[in-house]
Amino acid sequence: MNQETHPSLVNPLILKNQIGEDLSETEEIYKENIIDHYKHPHNKGEIEHTTSHRELNTSCGDELTIYLNINNNIIENISFTGHGCAISQASVSMLTDKLKGMSVEQAQQISQEDILNLLGIPISYVRMKCALLSLKTVQGALC
Amino acid sequence: MKGDFPILKGITYLDSAATTQKPIHVIDAISHYYKTSNANVHRGLYTLSQKATLAFEDARATVATFINTTPEHIVFTKGTTESLNLLASSLNLQEGDEIVLTEMEHHANLVPWQQTKATLKFIPLKDDYHLDLEAAKELITDKTKIVAVTHISNVLGTINDIETLTQLAHSKGAKIVVDAAQSIAHLTIDIKDIDFLAFSGHKMCGPTGIGILYGKDFSNLKPYQFGGDMIKEVTYETSTFQEAPYKFEAGTPNIAGAIGLAAAITYLETATHPHITEYALEKLQSIEGLKIIGPQINRAPVFSFTLEGIHPHDVAEILSKHNICVRAGHHCAMPLMKKLNIHGTTRASFYIYNTKEDVDTLVEGIKKVQEVFK
Ligand SMILES: Cc1ncc(COP(=O)(O)O)c(C=O)c1O
Repeated sequence: MNQETHPSLVNPLILKNQIGEDLSETEEIYKENIIDHYKHPHNKGEIEHTTSHRELNTSCGDELTIYLNINNNIIENISFTGHGCAISQASVSMLTDKLKGMSVEQAQQISQEDILNLLGIPISYVRMKCALLSLKTVQGALC
Repeated sequence: MKGDFPILKGITYLDSAATTQKPIHVIDAISHYYKTSNANVHRGLYTLSQKATLAFEDARATVATFINTTPEHIVFTKGTTESLNLLASSLNLQEGDEIVLTEMEHHANLVPWQQTKATLKFIPLKDDYHLDLEAAKELITDKTKIVAVTHISNVLGTINDIETLTQLAHSKGAKIVVDAAQSIAHLTIDIKDIDFLAFSGHKMCGPTGIGILYGKDFSNLKPYQFGGDMIKEVTYETSTFQEAPYKFEAGTPNIAGAIGLAAAITYLETATHPHITEYALEKLQSIEGLKIIGPQINRAPVFSFTLEGIHPHDVAEILSKHNICVRAGHHCAMPLMKKLNIHGTTRASFYIYNTKEDVDTLVEGIKKVQEVFK
């Protein structure tokens, strides 16, 4: 995902490259650690916070709120509430782990690519929004 | 029957509530039209244009016969959504008027009415996923101008009692509007007392981009779009308009779409409907952790379900890898999801080309999904 298209537009090039993946890749998507994070998400539940932000994934109906407790520019604690598919839940579970203890500036540097690396699985175009909802919500809270 | 549908090779297509596949007869009819008869309609004096006009008007007549009416009641639109938008903007609803809808409407039969000046009321759902007709009696009053209901819910599969709702509406002088987007595929529709009815060609073996608005009496409706074809006489200052249905068909229509729809109707008249609703319901409900979101009786083969602990998107994605096409999400019925207190469902919908084996394939597929999340 190097090219960033307008978020509301489907980029036909990316979509074209992703149609017709074979069976082996599905099983890969639902790797054990993804399922683990989905079933036992880290950092779930509202915490005492200095800021929070809510985002919706309108096409899926997924919903995510991120709570951040920031002191002296450091993310001392972070958590989330909401619901979504395995990909979106694993993504936010992993991202909140990663952000804990970071400075706000460091957190703002996190890219879409970083999220995909965290997940470590092939993400099809239609699931990109699920994978990146976590980042979008964090960015919303930090801006 | 599957053999009539070139696309249905190697896949289990269970998303016909979204759009149906097309038989070769329809594909050929469209191709034949472009190869032999393409011209603009109602305009040219040359033979080709007359051929196209004839085919287009023949298509209107075929649609009319299909729902037991006559061609002047049939307006071509681009689909159910446009038909309902046309109504909402042309019915001249005023402040103080009331529109009675149901809690199970597709956004297409909700959002257009929200744009009018009228007040909206909603017939509630009962626990058995059928409409509360007792409540409907209270909601439909002298203030009610329109009762607009879906014939079959695209989420729940519920078949609504249109006859009773029509009687209730008429007893208060209101008009009944039926969203037949789903029912056109599953039920024989006899227009009888219905005032307005909308459906889409693509949900009944026809092409996308063509739909129908039936109207018993269009005389009080203003035109909806303006331009060529819909006028009688135009000066620089003002214009007069044609009668219905033409006053609602501004611009070059979807000629090939109309012809494709007529071909679909001709095809459907010879097709048999497999009876798999009960079989599918029973098989699906026997899966542990699966909950059907919809009624047990008076229903169409449109099955929304939830699987314990597994998000609908994950269900659909894993099924997709086994070449099973189902839909996941809110199915254009966000208020209904909220009311039912769910975030979405997986939906498997069956049509004439589906078989009991397709049900079995789905059941196997769902078990594989559960395996991944075990
Ligand atoms: C009940 C119902 N109403 C309206 C529509 C809208 O139909 P279309 O998208 O063809 O305009 C649909 C299709 O999704 C439907 O299922």
